[in-house]
Amino acid sequence: MIDPSVRFAIEQLYAAYTSALDNGRFDDWPDFFIEDGRYVLIPRENHDRGLPLATMSLESRGMMKDRVYGVINTLFHAPYYQRHILGPMRIEEDGDALLVEANYVVFRTKRNEMSEVFNTGRYIDRIVNTDDGLRFAEKLCVFDSEMIPNSIIYPI
Amino acid sequence: MTRHFPHDWQSANVSRIPYPLYTDEDVYRRELEAIFYGPHWSYVGLSCEISGPGDYKETSIGERSVIMVRDPDGSINVVENHCAHRGVKFCQERFGTVKSFICPYHQWNYNLKGDLTGLPFRRGFKGQGGMPADFDTKQHGLTKLHVAEHNGVVFATFSADTPPLLDYIGPKILEWFERTFDGRELTLLGYSRQRIPGNWKLMQENIKDPYHPGLLHTWFVTFGLWRADQSSRMIMDEHGRHAAMVSAKNAGGGGEVTQNVSSFKADMALNDDRMLDIVPEEWWKGPTVVMTTIFPSLILQQQVNSVSTRQIQPRGPGKFDFVWTHFGFKDDTPEMTRRRLRQANLFGPAGFVSADDGEVIEFSQQGFEQDPANETYAELGGTDVADTEHMVTETLIRGMYGYYRKVMDL
Repeated sequence: MIDPSVRFAIEQLYAAYTSALDNGRFDDWPDFFIEDGRYVLIPRENHDRGLPLATMSLESRGMMKDRVYGVINTLFHAPYYQRHILGPMRIEEDGDALLVEANYVVFRTKRNEMSEVFNTGRYIDRIVNTDDGLRFAEKLCVFDSEMIPNSIIYPI
Repeated sequence: MTRHFPHDWQSANVSRIPYPLYTDEDVYRRELEAIFYGPHWSYVGLSCEISGPGDYKETSIGERSVIMVRDPDGSINVVENHCAHRGVKFCQERFGTVKSFICPYHQWNYNLKGDLTGLPFRRGFKGQGGMPADFDTKQHGLTKLHVAEHNGVVFATFSADTPPLLDYIGPKILEWFERTFDGRELTLLGYSRQRIPGNWKLMQENIKDPYHPGLLHTWFVTFGLWRADQSSRMIMDEHGRHAAMVSAKNAGGGGEVTQNVSSFKADMALNDDRMLDIVPEEWWKGPTVVMTTIFPSLILQQQVNSVSTRQIQPRGPGKFDFVWTHFGFKDDTPEMTRRRLRQANLFGPAGFVSADDGEVIEFSQQGFEQDPANETYAELGGTDVADTEHMVTETLIRGMYGYYRKVMDL
């Protein structure tokens, strides 16, 4: 049984995480991770077959900062909003860490367009407690979406 | 000459491409017939994707679903994915291992070469019904494609008139093909799939366009991976349909070529430079980037340590699926594999220097659709078609349209 206060803290972490991404506060994104945290966005096809290629694979907060620099300063793309909807979280304790699995849907809304399902899958995360509160040691986004609708610019 | 689309190709040269060539349904149908189902080799996969007997992969040539399968005798067959009986697209998985192909509807059974080997109630039941007396299983097999493999890369064609693969690629492009695929065993790293809302030809053009990387791909320029003055060669086969963009990165920094490039920022550094932990490999023989286009469906990527095939699957005049297969080599060290995977962050649907290609292709398509009377202008470096020793040219695009115009009879 996970202590309700722990569950509440985890829910707060995810709420803050998606709020940062959905409201364009990308500079805040790396700070949800520990210094050598990993962020991996991978097609379910590769994940299920044990193929290592990921759509995005970042191995440190530094790499995440570099991604944010790319998103804001170098990657040319059509502007869009994204909106995350998360399902209930399955939480397990693993020593000092917490393992969390949660379904997600991300909607994309481009200028003058209807909102559309952009990417859907599940988070498989490892969370640790730090002096600054809960942080991701690893965030694995395994997406079902067989076709990426052109491109993925922002983190999921 | 028949008018195939509502806009005559008036220009005498191939440096002006009418917008309807990217949007018109009739043009597109003709491309499928004349190009994808005509005398051209299309990429279907890597041999290492189907290593064991009965291993198969489903993919597409044009809009037609095909299955590449490893025969028990070790050879590779490619058959079309629909039953000879009632047309059912019987294979719905993308990968798997089978002993035979069985259509779920009426259980027609085919061997891995596509021959019909059995069907229920062929002779009826208690003397009633059944197939006609002259029913010949040989007349009712799957559509079999011609198959050619070269050093681990597999191609197929529907047409009996397609020249042998190596002649089709031609000696000038084969040299660059064999630089990567020299017979070494390949290892599969994984796939990326994206649907790009643009005409399929735009992706070929993109990889025949050395003008844009130093401008659109700000990331390249910012981190010193691409500059207009690096030593480059633009090479075509004798028909102008295939090409190789060959380039070697130089020291980087400022100078004349970066003065008018608003994206250039001196002294930018990565927070974590493992992303650009480039280690030259012996087989490069110098060039750090070689992008090869094999008309109509294949792009071969070597960008520093990242190697992939990129397959174009058209889905109507206004969109195509783009499938990336990243690979490595059997003798790669774990460090080299990690390096290839790290550098893969630059490429693919989220890649630092690829996501924006898909985006601009979408914007091109939007422009074409809104103004059908217009045409593109591809005259960087003039209007002729010839190999060059520099990259300030659109010669490879003109080369492709010279060939395209002949094949399409436009």
